Amino acid sequence: MAFMTDRKRATGNGSARSGTQHHWQMQVTSVALLLLIPCFVFTFGAIYGAPYEQVVAYYQRPFPSVIAALTIAISFLHFRGGVQTLIEDYIHGALKAPLIIAMICISYAAAAVGVFAVVRLAL
Amino acid sequence: MVELTLPKNSRMVTGKTWPKPEGAKNTKKVQVYRWNPDDGKNPRLDTYHVDLDTCGPMVLDALIKIKTDIDPTLTFRRSCREGICGSCAMNIDGVNTLACISGLDEAKGDIKIYPLPHMPVVKDLIPDLTHFYAQHASIMPWLETKTNAPAKEWRQSIEDREKLDGRYECIMCACCSTSCPSYWWNSDRYLGPAALLAAHRWIVDSRDEATGERLDDLEDPFKLYRCHTIMNCAKACPKGLNPAKAISEIKHMMVERVV
Repeated sequence: MAFMTDRKRATGNGSARSGTQHHWQMQVTSVALLLLIPCFVFTFGAIYGAPYEQVVAYYQRPFPSVIAALTIAISFLHFRGGVQTLIEDYIHGALKAPLIIAMICISYAAAAVGVFAVVRLAL
Repeated sequence: MVELTLPKNSRMVTGKTWPKPEGAKNTKKVQVYRWNPDDGKNPRLDTYHVDLDTCGPMVLDALIKIKTDIDPTLTFRRSCREGICGSCAMNIDGVNTLACISGLDEAKGDIKIYPLPHMPVVKDLIPDLTHFYAQHASIMPWLETKTNAPAKEWRQSIEDREKLDGRYECIMCACCSTSCPSYWWNSDRYLGPAALLAAHRWIVDSRDEATGERLDDLEDPFKLYRCHTIMNCAKACPKGLNPAKAISEIKHMMVERVV
């Protein structure tokens, strides 16, 4: 146990002067997903189960492919922010930073793979 | 790492059941958390039977009756007995509230009483609120000015004074902070709803000249942004205040500074 005053313990290392950007990004991506998810469901649902050639032809149109690419990219951006908060909430100690790094890598990799797949279909 | 189970020495064991008062016809079973730091034993849940015909209507009356007539070793804080001081905050039937304004008839069956959750226990129903008070002190709960003090007083319009309503009434009972899961897991860094409500009270005070510094000090992923708008604080507050709304207003002010 450290001999520390109550005030010192409460103040800790002080304010990080950050967090607002993360909060704002989560709000913006939430609103974006509120619009994108229904569009994605309707565009994807319209072609779901169709033959391969028909799906390729469908995703060569700009609207469905742009909606799909945006939904994938913004979903994983939102996922990245949300899971980082979750890890910060529940994981303390040495495991926290490696988990956050792994989660960031997985999020961006998944977003890249998803967008690449849509681009390949579209072009 | 978040703790999902209690440490061995904090696990509850069955406590003593005290006999019913002789001749009592209208009794209520009250189970109370007991822990004494001096005997080295685990916490236990003691069972008492309170004679409702000779007891006041509130949970605090029952606790006082138990202490007076049955078990003088029962320890709890109390003072004003009318919801003003916040001393008798405890967890009654799973809800953080004040024992003095919580009616015995509000619980249909037996009543279970524990100290405020996730705080170190001093003894029985008394939590250690040292860190909670230090966090409150850290948000500078006083008027900060740089202008020379006026000859008479700092003036405030009626409209500006109304902005403090719903903020200044907090009695620091800690019901809100100790009901917040974010505060349970991160109370070492997260200020909690009570301290943030107090911070907002000074941020929106038209006379205060340290608004920028106050916002600077709060802008932190843990001090402020651990609030996930769970709203337990608003539900628990025995004074009917809404700390979650105050916190979201602070976040809104933060965004206004950068966007």
